[in-house]
Amino acid sequence: MSADTHAAGPGHDAHGHGDHGGAPHGTRRSYLTGFGLSVLLTAIPFALVMGNFIANTQVVIGICMALALVQIVVHMIYFLHMNSKSESGWTLMALIFTIIIVVIALAGTLWVMFHMNLNMMPGMEMPGGM
Amino acid sequence: MSDTLIKTIFGRLTLESFPIHEPIVLATFVVVALGGVALLLALTYFKLWGYLWKEWFTSVDHKKIGIMYMVLGLVMLLRGFADAIMMRLQQAMAFGANEGYLNAHHFDQIFTAHGVIMIFFVAMPFVTGLMNYVVPLQIGARDVSFPFLNNFSFWMTAAGAVIVMASLFVGEFARTGWLAMAPLSGLDYSPDVGVDYYIWALQVAGVGTLLSGVNLLATIVKMRAPGMTMMKMPVFTWSALVTNVLIVAAFPVLTAVLAMLSLDRYVGTNFFTNTGGGNPMMYVNMIWIWGHPEVYILILPAFGIFSEVVSTFSGKRLFGYTSMIYALIVICILAYLVWLHHFFTMGSGASVNSFFGITTMIISIPTGAKIFNWLFTMYKGRIRFELPMMWSIAFMLTFVIGGMTGVLLAVPPADFVLHNSLFLIAHFHNVIIGGVLFGLFAGINYWWPKAFGFKLDKKWGLVSFWCWVVGFWVAFTPLYILGLMGVTRRLRHFDDPSLQIWFIIAGIGAAIIAVGIAAFLIQIFVSVRNREQLRDFTGDPWDGRSLEWATSSPPPEYNFAFTPVIHDLDAWYDMKSREAARPTTGFRDIHMPKSTGAGVILAGLSAVIAMAMIWYIWWLAILGFVGLLVVAIGHTFNYDRDFHIPAEEVTRVENLRTQALAARG
Repeated sequence: MSADTHAAGPGHDAHGHGDHGGAPHGTRRSYLTGFGLSVLLTAIPFALVMGNFIANTQVVIGICMALALVQIVVHMIYFLHMNSKSESGWTLMALIFTIIIVVIALAGTLWVMFHMNLNMMPGMEMPGGM
Repeated sequence: MSDTLIKTIFGRLTLESFPIHEPIVLATFVVVALGGVALLLALTYFKLWGYLWKEWFTSVDHKKIGIMYMVLGLVMLLRGFADAIMMRLQQAMAFGANEGYLNAHHFDQIFTAHGVIMIFFVAMPFVTGLMNYVVPLQIGARDVSFPFLNNFSFWMTAAGAVIVMASLFVGEFARTGWLAMAPLSGLDYSPDVGVDYYIWALQVAGVGTLLSGVNLLATIVKMRAPGMTMMKMPVFTWSALVTNVLIVAAFPVLTAVLAMLSLDRYVGTNFFTNTGGGNPMMYVNMIWIWGHPEVYILILPAFGIFSEVVSTFSGKRLFGYTSMIYALIVICILAYLVWLHHFFTMGSGASVNSFFGITTMIISIPTGAKIFNWLFTMYKGRIRFELPMMWSIAFMLTFVIGGMTGVLLAVPPADFVLHNSLFLIAHFHNVIIGGVLFGLFAGINYWWPKAFGFKLDKKWGLVSFWCWVVGFWVAFTPLYILGLMGVTRRLRHFDDPSLQIWFIIAGIGAAIIAVGIAAFLIQIFVSVRNREQLRDFTGDPWDGRSLEWATSSPPPEYNFAFTPVIHDLDAWYDMKSREAARPTTGFRDIHMPKSTGAGVILAGLSAVIAMAMIWYIWWLAILGFVGLLVVAIGHTFNYDRDFHIPAEEVTRVENLRTQALAARG
């Protein structure tokens, strides 16, 4: 595809001086692949919920969550150009660090607050039957 | 009708909001007002307004912004210390029948203001100021990545400080303690403006802190001189990198938790209330997810300063550079794994408490490794006992004790005894004064000649040093002892007369520290007066090792006429030992960012919005917000943002330096 060489969208020149050393740009093909995958990954859960193909709600929720996670990865690879080479690896490193911190904060908070509520507020209704 | 009109115009601001019934506040106000008027008149008389506006307030030069941060920190240190000495005096007096001189209402504001000011408006500006000044020089850059953002960040921090100071004379400050724990900080228990002052001051200053974190991060990642790989970066720059990663990751949590608190207070949500499904324990949990990394945000740059100072004044390469870097990174991650140790007693139970107790103890391992690295750097070195080195040694002796009492507090059963006691107060002052503050004084004494071209006076520096170190121990050892005896923090009055002697000793310690602060101010005054004798022509007064010493003191606006090429970790030491010649010809035009007043205006409007929100003056808040948007969008149409320093000008400046160097031989 000849358009493959036509990298970056409008506005790239607006940056003026300062070259974007390792900043990667997507190709039309990669954007289309990403778009297709996103549509697919959105359509499947939508259909599952609307069409009632699976009776068990828990399974539907599970599938939706799993596809949502795949969707995040698709966005990061095709739209945010996340790979081990971009910006000399800084974007990937920042991503890994962010995931570590977010997981620590969320998992830690859930764990801590569960014990807090259990010990300090015995009369309190636990949301979701925790 | 007119009553409604007045309410619409002034919100809840009334004549009673001005604390004229408090003689202490009134006297302070009179002194501050007279001093302020005198300052304004002096500036007008000497026609300094134009100079200040053009050369400083609107400047996007990282060096000038760094110095402005330091001035802000110093001014706020005086305010924060005034609070400290008032508390010491009250606690030394108020025994038995004696109620002391501060009522409970005022005392509670003072301990809250002391904590907030010392952390957010003293330690943070000092740390940010040093990073701002030193980092671009150490990596051989012309400026930071986003020079305008840097100016804007400074003014947002300053606006936050102005809001806190305003609470002294208009209304009141929070009476909740420095973290404004819910539900005490909720509308039910704190209906007046104090907590709103707290929220808006921190939100406005928080914007500045976060943006300066992003800025320095981008600077360090993208603007290092050619050849400076990550593992050839000076340790101070490394510590700045890790610190700013912590800032960028932690401060949004503070912003979020304060935003939720303000929603509770302004629109009646129930995030942290006792009723309506709210959970105040979540506030404690979230504020410490920010609060613990904040501690490392303060101490890591100090570690960086000590690494530079110890290596320079021992005349040796830093021992264990790689292990220093890995220790920094390990601390960066572990900083997020220990927050619960601040509320062991809130009731999370044995499993949770043991986990967080153990992670806390693990942090002492990388920290201990750093202490040993500094000791091994000194081992067999030719140590020069200049002021920065003395502060570093005092730090090592003081900080190790503070670290050990910290590990003691990390043991949950011990913490159940010591939680919220004066032992805790002594511990964190031991690490913050003995670590952060000593580090900042080491840094100020170390880099002052770089910033101003002359050294600081050593005699007054020694007076300040000894008063601070001795004063610290006299002031806080009694607090350790009292804490072990079970005395809790934030008490205004005591019944047991046997405790009084310890508080009197602590008060004497605070007085000695006051002499130390005075000596520091005198040191600056004397040094400016004697600057010709203290002048440094070389740009390298300490026989330094990193790149900032390669340029003149003070550095030219463009820092380096040519971007240096780095071959070794101690880049400047490497250049000196290779006898690399300083380029004297072939200078070219240098592309520089242009000053702009947009940062001052945006921050000023933010302060107006904050004050309007605090006092429920809704029309002013809306007006201010519209103004903010107009100025911000208007600024994006300002295309006149850069200029070139002509090659002739660069040649002229560099020739002056060549002559100065030649004259010294």
